[in-house]
Amino acid sequence: MIFDFSDYDKLLPLVTNSLIAAALLGLMGGLIGIFVMTRDSSFAVHGISEISFAGAAVALLVGLDVVLGSVIGSAVAAILIGILGTRAKDRNSIIAVLMPFGLGIGILALSLYEGRTSNKFGLLTGQIIAIDSPSLFWLTGISIFVILVLVTIWRPLQFASLDTEVAKARGVATGKLGFGFLLLLGLAVAASVQVVGALLVLSLLVTPAAAALRVTSSPKLAPLLSVSFAMTSAIGGILLALGGGLPVSPYITSVSFFIYLVARVVEVMKKRSAKASVTKGLKA
Amino acid sequence: MTKEVVTISKSNGPVLRISKATLGYDERPLWSNLDLEVAQGEFIAIIGANGSGKTSLLRSILGQEKLNSGKIFLNEKPVSHGSRKIGYIPQSRTLDAHTPLLARDLLTMGLNGHRYGVPFTSRKDKSRVEHILGCIDGHELANLPVGQLSGGQLQRFRVGQAVIDEPDLILADEPLSALDLAQQGILADLIDRERKDHSAAVLFVTHDVNPVLDMVDRVLYLANGQFKIGTPDEVMRSDVLSELYGAQVDVVRNQGRIVILGTHGADHEHHDHEEWK
Repeated sequence: MIFDFSDYDKLLPLVTNSLIAAALLGLMGGLIGIFVMTRDSSFAVHGISEISFAGAAVALLVGLDVVLGSVIGSAVAAILIGILGTRAKDRNSIIAVLMPFGLGIGILALSLYEGRTSNKFGLLTGQIIAIDSPSLFWLTGISIFVILVLVTIWRPLQFASLDTEVAKARGVATGKLGFGFLLLLGLAVAASVQVVGALLVLSLLVTPAAAALRVTSSPKLAPLLSVSFAMTSAIGGILLALGGGLPVSPYITSVSFFIYLVARVVEVMKKRSAKASVTKGLKA
Repeated sequence: MTKEVVTISKSNGPVLRISKATLGYDERPLWSNLDLEVAQGEFIAIIGANGSGKTSLLRSILGQEKLNSGKIFLNEKPVSHGSRKIGYIPQSRTLDAHTPLLARDLLTMGLNGHRYGVPFTSRKDKSRVEHILGCIDGHELANLPVGQLSGGQLQRFRVGQAVIDEPDLILADEPLSALDLAQQGILADLIDRERKDHSAAVLFVTHDVNPVLDMVDRVLYLANGQFKIGTPDEVMRSDVLSELYGAQVDVVRNQGRIVILGTHGADHEHHDHEEWK
């Protein structure tokens, strides 16, 4: 049986920490995802997460805190991408060059590590059920920091991302904002890697925002939808995993993918009905 | 009421002062020793062929291009990287269909897009946006996604975006390109009316002076690494432009329009010359 919810009331208290973490990650991921989409940085998310994984793996090997290692990895990646890839065209190739190198170091570190194998896998595919209090503390801190900074720079970053030329003319520091955004993205990735794993970070930082932008062009509604999609995926994934007994990551990625599919269907239906109303208007 | 505040806040000196400015690459100057003072509310058309340095001049004023020598002052202060005293109208380019902005948000960004802090738009800002929507006849389009606006519609919002924060100077970089003649006329009139209402000076980059001929105070004509400044009647003449291009150029006036014949050849020669050098 895939789902068994008979012991649900007993299981739920055990995952309170994870649910809090998931809610925060959803809030953070949904918000920053909007900028990942509008700044066309999906590939940067992927690249940073692989190098974040490398940092975590090295930390695991040498006995340092894994979250710290992953934050350092992310920060190094974000800074390198920011410095070397100021032009959009350069950026993707820089990421493509850095990513396999980082992944290689990560794999090397894991193969040398002689501790529990679940730790190894967790970095790549997530470990939210096993999240402990110190990690939760880190996670909460990072997410709240990212959310607060993002809200504070929201307007200039939006101006710089969507209307670059005019923003520059108006004196908005588009270059510095872009760099700051990458650093925030690095932190967001480092936090998300702890929960969904390096390979699946995109499902929280990109998919929900991509779905939201399919169904709305309103700059107010888009982040609201994106956040609710990301939270639904993260929390819903955990709740489903409790009944399913499988690792949590596939549930999160599936929910998030399903929401995206629905968003695309809604988009097509909206376009159809808009066309239909035009035809009706012509006939009338 | 707002207007009174504006007239008080504006000083009496020139809005823009360009002094002995030279810009060029590989020792070939786009223009050299350019002196220009732009008075409040003055409308100046910057005309010239592709590659004559029109857009580079705007970029220099925005601090995005470093002069080889000379200085540029905005309200008597050296220019830095853009300014809130500048309104900018870019070329007409349709925006990506999935851009999460409604047409009215272009105006809002022009007003408070630079501001840090919790992104709430104050009631005062909202009513300002409504006012500008009225000026550009944009109420019906206000809640459309920007990706769905036509070129002409988008440029109307661009004009509103440029004037909404009461700039002293409007920089327009070929804002009429890619628009049909009728739309060019409508948009030129809109820019003229709005700059008068907001008493802003305009630097208007264009390769065709005709759409703005009626509203232009002075023309800055760039060609061949040189320039001429003056009223359209002083500059748009066969002898003046022939001298500028160093080749025979005929300026023909027909039904209030100016047609320049021969610049293509002149430019071409210039180009070939450059390539062989």
